[in-house]
Amino acid sequence: MSFQPDHDLHKRRLGRNLGLGLSLIAFVVIVFGITIVKVSDQPRPWAKKAQPATSVSSGASATVSGPAAGTKP
Amino acid sequence: MSDTQTYQHGGQDGEAGFGDYVLLLKPRVMSLVVFTAMVGLLVAPVHMNPFIAFTSILFIALGAGASGALNMWWDADIDAKMRRTKGRPVPAGRVAAGEALGVGLALSGLSVVMLGLAANMLAAALLAFTIFFYAVVYSMWLKRSTPQNIVIGGAAGAFPPMIGWVAATGHVGLASVLMFGLIFMWTPPHFWSLALFMKDDYSNAGVPMLTVTHGRKATRTHILIYTILLAPVAIGAAFTSIGGPIYLATSVVLNAGFLRGAWAIWRRDEVQAEADNYAVEKKVFRFSLMYLFLHFGALLAEAALRPYGLGGW
Repeated sequence: MSFQPDHDLHKRRLGRNLGLGLSLIAFVVIVFGITIVKVSDQPRPWAKKAQPATSVSSGASATVSGPAAGTKP
Repeated sequence: MSDTQTYQHGGQDGEAGFGDYVLLLKPRVMSLVVFTAMVGLLVAPVHMNPFIAFTSILFIALGAGASGALNMWWDADIDAKMRRTKGRPVPAGRVAAGEALGVGLALSGLSVVMLGLAANMLAAALLAFTIFFYAVVYSMWLKRSTPQNIVIGGAAGAFPPMIGWVAATGHVGLASVLMFGLIFMWTPPHFWSLALFMKDDYSNAGVPMLTVTHGRKATRTHILIYTILLAPVAIGAAFTSIGGPIYLATSVVLNAGFLRGAWAIWRRDEVQAEADNYAVEKKVFRFSLMYLFLHFGALLAEAALRPYGLGGW
């Protein structure tokens, strides 16, 4: 038993399905990429709390306390 | 088996390859849109995230492609009558007209929404207006009703650099208006020189091109007038924030060449043109393509050299 070669119709259909599939994958990647960029560009409200708060310890030297810059409280 | 029978019986209807759907988007027009939108975006004096810039250009191009698909759906009847367009997917029977409409509408919505999300709402609104202008104002209304179709319809092709600029800056500036004006004023002499040597196409299809309604001598005169009007718009951009000496020199040389070609076209009559198979008209048409490419290339060069203190004034 031997397989018959694909008709041109089936080749076209395969090409169309592959093209559509790749386009959808590309679309998902683009939406994901835009989301990452937009989220990264958003101002981070907790950054305000990262202002270096100085506290005077004994003596003249100042030490920094509070959360490190960019970290969640 | 039944699939094969349907295919053989119905020709290529309904079983187009992926490439046929790509052709619906007019890839050659899209390449010009990509280039001009990219220049509009890159010459803007703001920093833009490279990924957002890439996706913005992609969605502007997709919007242009969507309007091309809508144009092919609407104009399938006249496309079938013109040599230049009868091989397009819809008139050739590879894609059904309804499919072209569906692709056009879906991609229009997708491109506008995605440009709005990626860049800003003003850029998305301009893209939506461009699609509407090309599909409805130009294709459905002007193209079959007035010989000024190319003049007014040229606005649709002139918007991409402005959309690119707005995507980057968020507002419409003088520089983007001049980039719009450059393409807008360039379109009529470019297409009329094509119409002169594709002479039977438009009359066979009943499209009221200037060559059909006002005659070929009037078309030659219009080419000269619009080329004269184009020169100050093109050269004027040299003195804005996006211009500089490179652009100025390029623009002066190119406008001198275009004016020379338009003058040569104006001086000829049909007997002379037929004798050399429209050699001058074809040469001016090819030159006009180079004209636009080099103008935007010079703007890009100015922007690229600016960080090194070489571009701009």
